[in-house]
Amino acid sequence: MKISLSWLREFVELDESAEELRLVLDDLGLVVEGIEHVGEGLGDVIVARIDEIRAIEGADRVRLVVVDAGDGPLEIVCGATNFALGNHVPLAPVGAILPGGFVIAERKMRGVTSNGMLCSSRELGLSDDHAGLMILDDLIKPRVGQGLLEALSLTPDIVFDISVEGNRPDAWSVVGVARDLATRLGRPLGSPPLAQPDAGESSSSFASAGIDAPDLCGRLTVSVLRGVKVGPSPSWIAQRLQTAGMRPISNVVDASNLVMLELGQPTHPYDASSVAGWTLRARRARSGEVLTTLDGVQRELAKAGRGLGDTGEDCVIVDGDDRVLGLAGIMGGASSEISDATTDVLLEAAFFDPMTIARSSKRHSLRSEASNRFERGVDPQLALRAAARFVEILRESVPSLQWMADPLDVWGETPHVATVVLRPSDVERALGISLSPAEVSRILEGLGFETRLDRDQIEVVPPSARLDIRSGAAGRADVIEEVARLYSYRRLPRRTPSWPEPGGLTDRQKLRRHVRDIIVDLGAFEAWTPTLGSDADFDLVHPGIERVRVTNPLASDESVLRATMITGLVRAWGKNVERGTGDVVLGEIGMVFSHPLATENPRTTKGGVGGSVALLLPMETEHLTVVLGRDDDDATTAVAFWAVLADRLGLADVVVRSDESAPRAFHPTRSASLVDRVSGATLGHVGEIDDQFMGQLAPSANARRLGVIDVDLDVLSDPSLATRASHLAEVPSRYPSAVIDLAFVTPSSVHAQDLAFALRSTSELVEDAELFDVYRDASLPAGTRSLAFNIRFSSDERTLSEGEVAGAREALIAAGATLGAVLR
Amino acid sequence: MTTSPLANLAAQTTELLAAVSALSTLESLREAEPFITGKRSILSSLQKSLGGLEPEARRAAGAQLQEARRTVEAALEFRRSHLALSARAELLEADRLDLGDVVVSAVRWPASVGHPSLVASTQRELEDVFIAMGFTVSDGPEVESDWYNFEALNIPPAHPARGMWDTFYVEMGEPETVVLRTHTSPTQIHLMEGAVENGSLPIHSVMPGRCYRRDTPDARHLATFHQIEGLVVDRGITFADLAGVIETFTRKYFGPDISSRLRPAFFPFTEPSAEFEITCTICRGEGCRTCSHTGWIELGGCGMLDPAVFEAVGIDGDEWSGFAFGFGIERCVQMRRQIADMRALIENDVRFLRQFS
Repeated sequence: MKISLSWLREFVELDESAEELRLVLDDLGLVVEGIEHVGEGLGDVIVARIDEIRAIEGADRVRLVVVDAGDGPLEIVCGATNFALGNHVPLAPVGAILPGGFVIAERKMRGVTSNGMLCSSRELGLSDDHAGLMILDDLIKPRVGQGLLEALSLTPDIVFDISVEGNRPDAWSVVGVARDLATRLGRPLGSPPLAQPDAGESSSSFASAGIDAPDLCGRLTVSVLRGVKVGPSPSWIAQRLQTAGMRPISNVVDASNLVMLELGQPTHPYDASSVAGWTLRARRARSGEVLTTLDGVQRELAKAGRGLGDTGEDCVIVDGDDRVLGLAGIMGGASSEISDATTDVLLEAAFFDPMTIARSSKRHSLRSEASNRFERGVDPQLALRAAARFVEILRESVPSLQWMADPLDVWGETPHVATVVLRPSDVERALGISLSPAEVSRILEGLGFETRLDRDQIEVVPPSARLDIRSGAAGRADVIEEVARLYSYRRLPRRTPSWPEPGGLTDRQKLRRHVRDIIVDLGAFEAWTPTLGSDADFDLVHPGIERVRVTNPLASDESVLRATMITGLVRAWGKNVERGTGDVVLGEIGMVFSHPLATENPRTTKGGVGGSVALLLPMETEHLTVVLGRDDDDATTAVAFWAVLADRLGLADVVVRSDESAPRAFHPTRSASLVDRVSGATLGHVGEIDDQFMGQLAPSANARRLGVIDVDLDVLSDPSLATRASHLAEVPSRYPSAVIDLAFVTPSSVHAQDLAFALRSTSELVEDAELFDVYRDASLPAGTRSLAFNIRFSSDERTLSEGEVAGAREALIAAGATLGAVLR
Repeated sequence: MTTSPLANLAAQTTELLAAVSALSTLESLREAEPFITGKRSILSSLQKSLGGLEPEARRAAGAQLQEARRTVEAALEFRRSHLALSARAELLEADRLDLGDVVVSAVRWPASVGHPSLVASTQRELEDVFIAMGFTVSDGPEVESDWYNFEALNIPPAHPARGMWDTFYVEMGEPETVVLRTHTSPTQIHLMEGAVENGSLPIHSVMPGRCYRRDTPDARHLATFHQIEGLVVDRGITFADLAGVIETFTRKYFGPDISSRLRPAFFPFTEPSAEFEITCTICRGEGCRTCSHTGWIELGGCGMLDPAVFEAVGIDGDEWSGFAFGFGIERCVQMRRQIADMRALIENDVRFLRQFS
């Protein structure tokens, strides 16, 4: 909201500089987002008349213009083309300094001397209009040589761009901001001049008003204005509107806008001649009704929307023929618009139910200055005051204006303003500072609250404008915020609290950190790939599976929640390959999602209006995914990566079990499951990316092998699924170990790690059995390979004898035989 | 009477089908194709020979020939996919590697330096500051119901305040009931509900996590981003505690010469509410372009828990009080590292990632 300092000064005395006021406003929660100095630097700008326009030889972008600014002809080079002979335009003569510090000097262009500059509205800091020169004839009756400020009746002013929070509808006006300032600065708040209805014939003998939907329309006032002459507004009104960022239209419309900006009450003037029976009624729109709003859009009314809690209800204003004139509180219809011929005006000033306005405005995608205010809540008591101000303003241009006696005033349901009972201890309990009841009262009274001190409590009655103040405990919090705000947050004490409960991480969070540290130690770059992807990518790995979809994606290829991070990581790797930086391991820890229809135990929660509906939600699973893309990486290095990770995580015994159960995206014959031997749970998969996918995800890296590991952190963090090695420490034997190597010709169906496990389990003497060589050769029986193990024996009690070692060796051979492995 | 050109069609078709079955490689199939269904095939020459027939007879013969062609073509396509599958199977078989046989100790492992994600490590630094102040860390889901994301936080359906968040809705349940969480605040509700259920109040916890807003990414915004949120519910907690926690955090994380200040703001789930600003980390409060010459930059929002939130989760506001605060992790990262364009964080460019340790 843009508010000029001069306007604020009509309501409160302000001697502070703009910067000083910015600090005060910020501290009141009326955040100043910008300060403009309007009319500054225009002291030297004068009105000039265009007398001659000539082409300049060799120049097609600029022309030579001869103007008269009172001292005879002056030649100026000008690039604009929107003017004609006889037009009056602003001239910044040589030596003038424009807003922003731009100094005008004599300039020579194309051999012609330019003696100043003809200006656009933006160059003068008066508006954003930069389409061409500012043509003064459109605005005023200009006089050659006159100072521009005088010609436009402009006084230099300061405009604050203030951001008003959603819970402060009362502050969304000049008076509202002035009230906060007056209370904070301890100064009186002024009030604007108001008109009185004429004595004489009562409004009801001309017009009527009614409310058929009292829950949607809380108050409808209609003022009958006669003798209206539509024309331009006086310049001070035009300037006020312009500094507030609104365009002057006509005295009637301008008065309505001015009242809204000043007091916060939107009003709507109708041309009475197009309102049947001079009757305005507020009712629910009926299904099938259609309205063309002032913006020229035809809108279907009372059509249920898709939004949650949206019943499709619209409040409309109709005339005596029950014809829809406008969407109440949002936008009027074209049929009853004010025109130059309007002589009688029905002025509507009303209160509408904020939620109704909010829903209608959202459903029709139609926001207006009026709807923005009504949906936050306009003071229900303000309507006739606003009408009185409207008449006062319009009388400046139409002195003979009549405002018929006894304006029509019909009431529906308005929000109840609750009395809030505040104990001083409540303030202390909330703010940590004790404020005297007198101080609390002073602040609240300044804001228009009524307070009654009653021994140890204060009864607080909010003003009608404060629809944001709730009842009960919530209301106390609302009132306390007002006290704190006006007292100043910066003056409130600070205390660093402490409590006996220790802080810290859960085991799951520690595991996550541990995994991150390990993968980074192993050389992975931690990536962050998109959660939202395309259907095509989803189908690569989960073809035809039900997926979680976003209703309103930013782009169609960002509409599906990922079910794996593999696609994203391979894509990210592929991009790096294109940049020549693909010699890298990328890893990510993040959530993957599955549709409730595609999971066994879907997550349920409560949702819907009031949380009354049981909802199914997507399953969220945390994964670690790593792609290994360095030059020599493949499934083998992926296994090594996993082996280190598993060891560092203290997993007891997870087998890399080659099978073809890995999800799509894994290479069918170069991947394996990671199976916990004790629990039988699958922790994830390791292997290579299927070469068929590389073409689609990383086309520039086709034919390269890419190792991959995908681990389910939900399983990994569950010790009943991912068995941890014993936390007890074992002291190695003090006696020497005997070491032997055994090679077994082993059927392909027997996993090397299962054989190693069998060997380790044969007797207590086996300290370790570690695979150190794999040998495949045509000389071996078909469907077998030779697995060579390095086996250490030891005893805690003695040095093993040769006989004991030989016996243990026989036991190992026997153990191998049970799995079909034959000593080579 | 001349014999029909198609007199031997049945036998010719059988012959072609046999030829198709005999094809044993994709390459031989490609070579044979012109002779089976292509221009140089018997089917094509038969087609040409129909030209001399009477229109009626030509139509009938044409249909017959078309039928034969379809049969042969189908067989050829079937053969092609069969051969492609077996070629692929052969390749896969040749490529087969029993990963259980990998001798880990023999794998060559080039020395390479890894780098953590800047956002994740910043999140950890922030968590650690709060842990040292006595906070636990809590996680929550990224897909939420409207109840947790909005209504329990005092933002009723269709309330204009919902417009403060550009929400991604999920196609599930009734429209607008399932959302990608727009902030970490729903985790507050889960925590408080859980604490009420387990009788485990008080709560002192921070909730970091990924959030989503339907906002086209630019230099200062990402549609996917991270927040960290703090929640304290205890006896005797006041606004002074909130201001104190914010100040302690600010000095510990940003440094002793950076301080904080609060100014009034509006959030539906806190009352009184505040924005918190910290000394501009670029100019250290002197005033510069980044802070619009005010010496302060906005970091996040905070406030005392609104009684309506307590009511939604069933906490007795006469016994307990509390506060919440939250801010964007990327914003912290951007400020601390002076990253001109935030989108660098999601581009996974190794040249960017390798700067962080």
